[in-house]
Amino acid sequence: MTDLRATLCGVALPGPLVLASGIWGSSAATLVRAARAGAGAVTSKSCSLEPRTGHPNPTVLPWECGLINAVGLTNPGAHEERHVLEAARAELRPLGAALIASVFGGDVASFVGAVVALAPAQPDLLELNVSCPNVQAEHGRPFAYDPAATAQVTRAVRGVWSGPLLVKLSPNTPELVAVGAAAIEAGADGLTAVNTLGPGMLIDLSARRPVLANLAGGVSGPALHPIAVRCVYDLWGALKVPIVGTGGVSCGRDALAMVMAGAAAVGLGSALERDGEAAFGRIMGEMRALMNQLGVETLSELQGVAHHG
Amino acid sequence: MAETGVHTPYTVVAVRAEGACGVTLHLDAPLPAQPGQFVMAWLPGIEERPLCLMDDDPVSLTIADVGPFTHACCALVPGDRIWLRGPYGHGFPLEGQRPLLLAGGCGAAALALLAQRFRAQGTPVTAVVGARSADGLMLAWRYQELGCRVVLATDDGSAGYHGTSLDAAAPHWPAADVVYACGPEPMLRAVARQARATGTPAWISLERVMKCGIGVCGSCHCGDRLVCADGPVFPSAAYLAAIE
Repeated sequence: MTDLRATLCGVALPGPLVLASGIWGSSAATLVRAARAGAGAVTSKSCSLEPRTGHPNPTVLPWECGLINAVGLTNPGAHEERHVLEAARAELRPLGAALIASVFGGDVASFVGAVVALAPAQPDLLELNVSCPNVQAEHGRPFAYDPAATAQVTRAVRGVWSGPLLVKLSPNTPELVAVGAAAIEAGADGLTAVNTLGPGMLIDLSARRPVLANLAGGVSGPALHPIAVRCVYDLWGALKVPIVGTGGVSCGRDALAMVMAGAAAVGLGSALERDGEAAFGRIMGEMRALMNQLGVETLSELQGVAHHG
Repeated sequence: MAETGVHTPYTVVAVRAEGACGVTLHLDAPLPAQPGQFVMAWLPGIEERPLCLMDDDPVSLTIADVGPFTHACCALVPGDRIWLRGPYGHGFPLEGQRPLLLAGGCGAAALALLAQRFRAQGTPVTAVVGARSADGLMLAWRYQELGCRVVLATDDGSAGYHGTSLDAAAPHWPAADVVYACGPEPMLRAVARQARATGTPAWISLERVMKCGIGVCGSCHCGDRLVCADGPVFPSAAYLAAIE
C-alpha cells in the first residue's frame, strides 16, 4: 500500500502536492476547495503590505507548452489578506492540509511589514516570494538573483517570524545554489524551487505586437519542467534541505521526478488549467501506480535517489 | 488561415447601435460555441476582457459602454479588427419546452444565442428584456427577429412594463418549465430566490472581473467556484449556495 504522506519543514502533510502560489489562491474558499481535492498544502496568492492592482490584461495566456503570465502580484494588501488566511486556516485545519502564506515586498521593510501583518493568521508556513519576474520595472531585479539580497530579506523576516520559513527561488540565475544557500544560512527552513521562467514573450503576428500588456511574463507549465527538475536536483545535491519542487508538473511521472531530484513536496500550478482541481487526484493516482511499479511504498524511499544513480 | 497567435483576429463587418450606449458588432467569421460561453476579447494596446457571444456564426458581440475597454469596442467601425480567444466556460444547457428568459441590460447578449438555439429547434421562447430606462434596452430586435414573445421592462417606465424584469416576468413565470437569467447581480439573486421558492429549474450567468479566463488565476471566484471555468452559467441553487 503506497503512502503519499509527506513532511515539509517539520509540518506533516496528508499528501505531497502543494497548490502553488498565484493559482486559485485569492480566496479562502478556493484554497479550501484545492485542499478538499487532495492538496496536502495550499499556498495563498503573494501578498504585499499595501494593496496592488497588478498589470492590465492580457495577463495570463495559454500557449502550446504551458502558460505565460504577468499578473503583477494583484492582491488586497496584508491587512485584508490576514482575514482571508484566518478563514482559510479555520477550514483547512479539520482537513489536515497546511496553509502556506506567500509574501512579497518591493524592499526589505515592506516584506517585514507584510509578514508582521499576516502573522496573526498563523499560517503553517510562510513563503517569501523573492523571485517574481514580472515587476522588475517597478522594483528592479528580484532579490532571488543575488545571494546577499536574498540573505538580507530572509534574515529580516526571520527576525519577526519564528515559524517554518520557505524562500521561493528563481530559475533565472546561474547563482541558484548560492542563492539557496544564502537563504538557508540566513534562517530559511526550506526552499520552493522554482518560480516562473524568463520573463518570456509571445508576439501576435496579426497584431504585430507582444500580447501581454506587460510585454513580458513568467513562463510556466511543461516548458519549465525540466529546468525546474534540474534546479531541485542542484539545490538538494548541495544543501539537503526541504524543497517544494515546483515547475511544470502535470503528471505523476513529473511529480516523482521532482522527488527523485530531492523534493520533499511537489507544487502544482499550470496543471490546473488542464483539468482543474481533478489534477490533484489524478496526479496522486499516477504517483501511486508508478510507485507500485517501482516497488516503493513511501516517498522518502525515492527522495533524492537520482543523485545516486 | 494559419494561426497568428493565442488569439484569432476577426474583422468588424457591421455595427448596430444598442440603446444609447451600446453596440452590437457583427464580425466576419464563426466561432462555434454553446450559448452562454464567453470569449476573451483583446484590443491591442487597450485591454482584454471577457465578452459573451450574442451569436456564433458568424460571431456577434453586444457590448455596453461602461469603461475604457468597452468604450473602445463601441468606437470600432467596419474594417476594424478585434482579437478573440475561446470560447471558454460552461454555457446554458437547453432544457424544457417552455423556457422563460430574463435579460437585464447587456445580459441580453448571452441569452440571445440561447434563444436562437431554442427557436432553431422550434421551442417557443418568452424573453423579458429589461433595463433601467428605454435607452438601455438591448437586443429586443434580435429576440423579435427570432420569433420570441418579447416583454420589455424598464425600471423608470420609459418603455414597456414599469418595473423590474422579474416583476414583468410574473405573469409568464407559472407557465415556464425552466428559467434562464443574465444581468445585474441583484436581479440574478432575486431570480434565483424566486426559482427556489417556486421550485422552477433556473440557470443564471454571472459576470466577474477575469484575468486568465481559463481557471488558473482565481480572480473571478464566487464562493469556491471559478466563474470562468466552473461557470459563467450556474444552476441557480449552486449560485445561492455560493453566496448565502
